[in-house]
Amino acid sequence: MNLMSTLRVALRALLRNKLRSFLTALGIIIGVGAVIAMVAIGEGAKARVEEAFASMGTNLLIVLPGSTSSGGAKGGFGSLPTLTWDDLKAIQGELASVRYAAAQLRVKAQVVSEDQNWTTDVSGTTPEYFDIRNWKAVRGVRLTQSDVDSGAKVVVLGQTVVEKLYGANADPVGQVVRIKNIPFQVIGVLDKKGQSPMGQDYDDTVIVPVTTYQSKIQGGLLKYVSGILLISATSSAGTVRAENDVTNLLRDRHHIGPGQEDDFQIRNLTEIASARQEGTETLTNLLRGIAAVSLLVGGIGIMNIMLVSVTERTREIGVRMAVGAKSRNILTQFLVEALTLAVMGGALGVGLGLWAAHWMATRFDFPMMVRPDIIVVSLATSAAVGIVFGLYPARKASRLDPIEALRYE
Amino acid sequence: MSAREPLILLENVVKVYKMGDVEVNALRGLSLAIEEGDFVAIMGASGSGKSTLMNIIGCLDRPTSGRYVLAGREVSRLGRDELADIRNHTLGFVFQSFNLLARTSALENVELPLLYAGLPTRERLARAAESLRRVGLGDRMDHHPSQLSGGQQQRVAIARALVGGPRVILADEPTGNLDSQTSLEVMALFQELGASGITVVVVTHEHDIASYASRVVAMKDGHIESDRRHQPARAEVAP
Repeated sequence: MNLMSTLRVALRALLRNKLRSFLTALGIIIGVGAVIAMVAIGEGAKARVEEAFASMGTNLLIVLPGSTSSGGAKGGFGSLPTLTWDDLKAIQGELASVRYAAAQLRVKAQVVSEDQNWTTDVSGTTPEYFDIRNWKAVRGVRLTQSDVDSGAKVVVLGQTVVEKLYGANADPVGQVVRIKNIPFQVIGVLDKKGQSPMGQDYDDTVIVPVTTYQSKIQGGLLKYVSGILLISATSSAGTVRAENDVTNLLRDRHHIGPGQEDDFQIRNLTEIASARQEGTETLTNLLRGIAAVSLLVGGIGIMNIMLVSVTERTREIGVRMAVGAKSRNILTQFLVEALTLAVMGGALGVGLGLWAAHWMATRFDFPMMVRPDIIVVSLATSAAVGIVFGLYPARKASRLDPIEALRYE
Repeated sequence: MSAREPLILLENVVKVYKMGDVEVNALRGLSLAIEEGDFVAIMGASGSGKSTLMNIIGCLDRPTSGRYVLAGREVSRLGRDELADIRNHTLGFVFQSFNLLARTSALENVELPLLYAGLPTRERLARAAESLRRVGLGDRMDHHPSQLSGGQQQRVAIARALVGGPRVILADEPTGNLDSQTSLEVMALFQELGASGITVVVVTHEHDIASYASRVVAMKDGHIESDRRHQPARAEVAP
């Protein structure tokens, strides 16, 4: 007896009791549906978080200088400059685990165009900064090393600043803006980056060469970096190693003995990001649990109804055996029936789940991401449930005594 | 198989059932030989062992002891699946209650044995249709059992028994649920099959049904009480 005929017989048997088949499959439909919907929403949220962290920078470490301490009142990290320009050079030159390193000096200042003004973050930095933040120019160019070397009065604008000074979609390249009354030529506009995971607008910023920043905008200490260091590790897996390397290097350079506290702080954004992911992970495990329970319940439902079906069709089984069906034929028939029921339930569940996810995504503006592998796994699991829970009733059917079965009323 | 060897040969067959602690001797050393093409009626009161004999001849059951040779093959010790194969290829069953699959067309009911014989769809359908035409139901192929009369249902069952080209048709009280006119039609069909060389074994408790057979085996208490040949009455269907 070939598979197509078996499948046809199974489908007919299931369609004969449409409502019963549907109710039996409901456990699997709801289980699979819930998983598909929640995974789509969960993956969407995860992708959004990942995107937000990725936009901060690639494999990013941030080094903050130490805190001031006057009469017991501590100023917090960043209040006391402890990082030197030589520290930066050492980090750039001596550590294999570090790909890029750049200093970022920052102040709030008013930027004035011909007829508008806007107060924003003015940062002084070096070209590596753009690589660390993975930040491209959409118009014009980014800062170059020669801009830094010559202390050129050039500026790169973030999208928000462009919008405030020139209006949306304007091209300000070549225009002149004034910062602290010093004219700067606009050489580029940066790509839109959106919001930080904490809701800060990345695009509300302008960037000038660090040398120009020090000489024209905010003079500082010559030896110390009056800002922070941004470091990009060579790989996302290498951020912890880079963090250790930088810590050891700075402790060594700052002559901090064992047991003494660091006079700087390193923030590992990859770590923060993965901590966030752990929350998602917990949710995923919870979902796995729900899925397992609902599939188990669905499977028991299938087993139950298949047992009923075997009893109801005892005579049919007897007839089939009398005309030559072997045990294996009967086993296959009922197994395929259970399998079909479970897989159809799974398929309906996938449909329901996608619809629910789509509905939630449009209704509540959740991000949504469909993972084809989850759909495949759901269907495969449904099939497995059908086989596992269909096996006992099918075996029972296949082992019926043909005489008894034919006599059954 | 030599021409003289009977198609069905039972030697000293014993069948003992265990009903709880009680042992029931359904067949007590029964021997019977049936030649190919014979039309045999097995008669007896209920409890005489005729159903047990039928089940053993039909390879649905195995004897507790003794030999059963069917078409030259010793089948009394075969396993379930081998017996299923023999039922499929050599035997055809007709039951008192028809035992057709409900909500399944006549054609698909008849096709059933061929499904388990592993024939391709096209051939299955062609042979099933041919078999239905042979029993005079060529115009009822798409009808479900519930749309057919009792006589028509039994004829579908006979078509199903015939479709695999069996050497023996076993009928267990085939007219038990039919009126006398329809019974006559069914018996006429069996006589026709007998004439075409198929061995027919009918279990019945009605003497007038048995009269259509050429040989009547009467059973009592698990053994053969009498075994007589006679000129069969002709089952002529009134026009």
